Amino acid sequence: MTIAPAEYDFRAARRRLEAKPKSAGEKLVSLEDAAARVSDGATVAFGGILYSRTPLGLFRTILRRRPRHLTLVRNLMCYEGEWAMVAGAVDKIVTAWMGIGLPWGLSRIMREYVESGRVPMEEWSHLGLGLRFRAAAMGLPFLPTLTMLGSDLMGVGGSKTLTCPYTGETLHAVPALFPDVALLHVHRADRFGNCQIDGYPHMDADIAFASATVLVTAEEIVSEEEIRRHPDRTVIPGFVVDALAHVPWGSYPHECYGLYDSEPGHFGEYVAGIQAEGARGVERYLERYVYGAASHADYLALFSEGMRDAAAERGRELAS
Amino acid sequence: MSAALGGAEGVTANELLAVMGARELKDNETVFTGVGAPMLASVLAQRLHAPGLTMMVEGGIVGPQWRPGWLPISTNEMRAAYHAQMLPGITDAFLLAQRGFFDVGFIGGAQIDQWGNLNTSAIGDYDRPKVRLPGSGGANDIISLCRAVIILTAHEKRRFIPKVDFITSPGHVAGGDSRRRSGLLFGGVTRVVTTLGLLDFEPESRRMRLEAVHPGVTVEQVRDMTPFDLLVADPVKTTTPPTANELGLLRSLDPERQFIG
Repeated sequence: MTIAPAEYDFRAARRRLEAKPKSAGEKLVSLEDAAARVSDGATVAFGGILYSRTPLGLFRTILRRRPRHLTLVRNLMCYEGEWAMVAGAVDKIVTAWMGIGLPWGLSRIMREYVESGRVPMEEWSHLGLGLRFRAAAMGLPFLPTLTMLGSDLMGVGGSKTLTCPYTGETLHAVPALFPDVALLHVHRADRFGNCQIDGYPHMDADIAFASATVLVTAEEIVSEEEIRRHPDRTVIPGFVVDALAHVPWGSYPHECYGLYDSEPGHFGEYVAGIQAEGARGVERYLERYVYGAASHADYLALFSEGMRDAAAERGRELAS
Repeated sequence: MSAALGGAEGVTANELLAVMGARELKDNETVFTGVGAPMLASVLAQRLHAPGLTMMVEGGIVGPQWRPGWLPISTNEMRAAYHAQMLPGITDAFLLAQRGFFDVGFIGGAQIDQWGNLNTSAIGDYDRPKVRLPGSGGANDIISLCRAVIILTAHEKRRFIPKVDFITSPGHVAGGDSRRRSGLLFGGVTRVVTTLGLLDFEPESRRMRLEAVHPGVTVEQVRDMTPFDLLVADPVKTTTPPTANELGLLRSLDPERQFIG
């Protein structure tokens, strides 16, 4: 398993960007229209991290279209990677870590699919993969770093070293990764796609700048004036964004900083289903929460209002 | 586990690791900390003898003050960011480590070998593993980039092995100066804190060496649980058991015993 030259081809990535309309115009579309921009075979990178600000509403809508042969990239891949495995949507996972977290143990689905060779998992260190996005965001084919040197991770993707032209020291030349599509969920955006994020920014901006097509969902669509009042909070300018959809609770039951907390109890039920029935447990989950919920409103109706109110209360308290 | 783990009655493995780990941290240091026992140890040190300790968490979180009863499950959630001083983003958080801002890197259990290399990737062949493990996360970066790295782990035969199948996070690689020669010019694993004692690395060979045992533990017991040729300091010291003050404070931070067990 080695990285493909197309992943770090900065000339091709530049040409692709230059050929794309980067209008300052309207980016607001329906969630379904945004999801339709993901083609089979695409390399898709997720914003957020683990169970924080994951674009789950968007990814559920993408999965309902039954995509095939995707490569999914996410530094800490949560259970959305398991959904894609069981749904037959993914050919390869690129990550630094996959699971939900300590209380939920080793991912049984990851073990089943990776150990059998059905879905290869290409592993990078957290910073290593972060720098792949950063290099691409900078329009470069690689970045020098010290991380990953001395480890067997160097051999997984076929990392190369270089001799520093100034000091003569050995550096890891971590290759850029230019994804086809970025999926992001943000706190607010105006209809032109200027995006603001509260709390930790994770890697969203680098992922947006690195990707050929950028799909964003936002908790709130605000006026152009509102964005212009606090331009310092804008982390992704509108010209980077291709499509924007208004999706309140778009990360739920993952958290969205200051707005709502995650639902560890829900993760527990999901894992209990896998412990009882293996991949069939995930299929049942998908039938109920992904394929069975025709719209985002139908999806939210599967959770009680009291439960969401409590998540919002915790979210406010934890960010205060 | 024995009822008198570490020489104190009713102490859990995570309590022992948290107390012994907390003692490794000094006031006014900067620590890049992982979840689990390292997190408990960091927050305990901060409340005991190191009020000036600054924690960095890989979710891109500088200087949080975690709230008793609301300790984080992951390094990427609001509980981990509680009362933080700065939220710089993940890549930039690690780049601060690459620049050299962290005195201590603090990471939790994994498969570990005699040179302090960690495997959290795969048991068996990497491409068709017998057991696929979750992966590096930030452990590789913490161990590569922080000045002194301390590993907290339960001392079990299945964790301590002569040579890991896959080096996810490099300790002293193949011993001697091989870590430096790989290009990792700075830092390294200095200490392994386990449920049986404290280990360091012999300066020449960089092989693991037993430095101290916890009260009630013998050198033979440690050898039995360490299936490689363990170097032993002469004399071997004995640690001080967890005090009532340390345990009381730790338990008040996690009243529902979600993390201390």
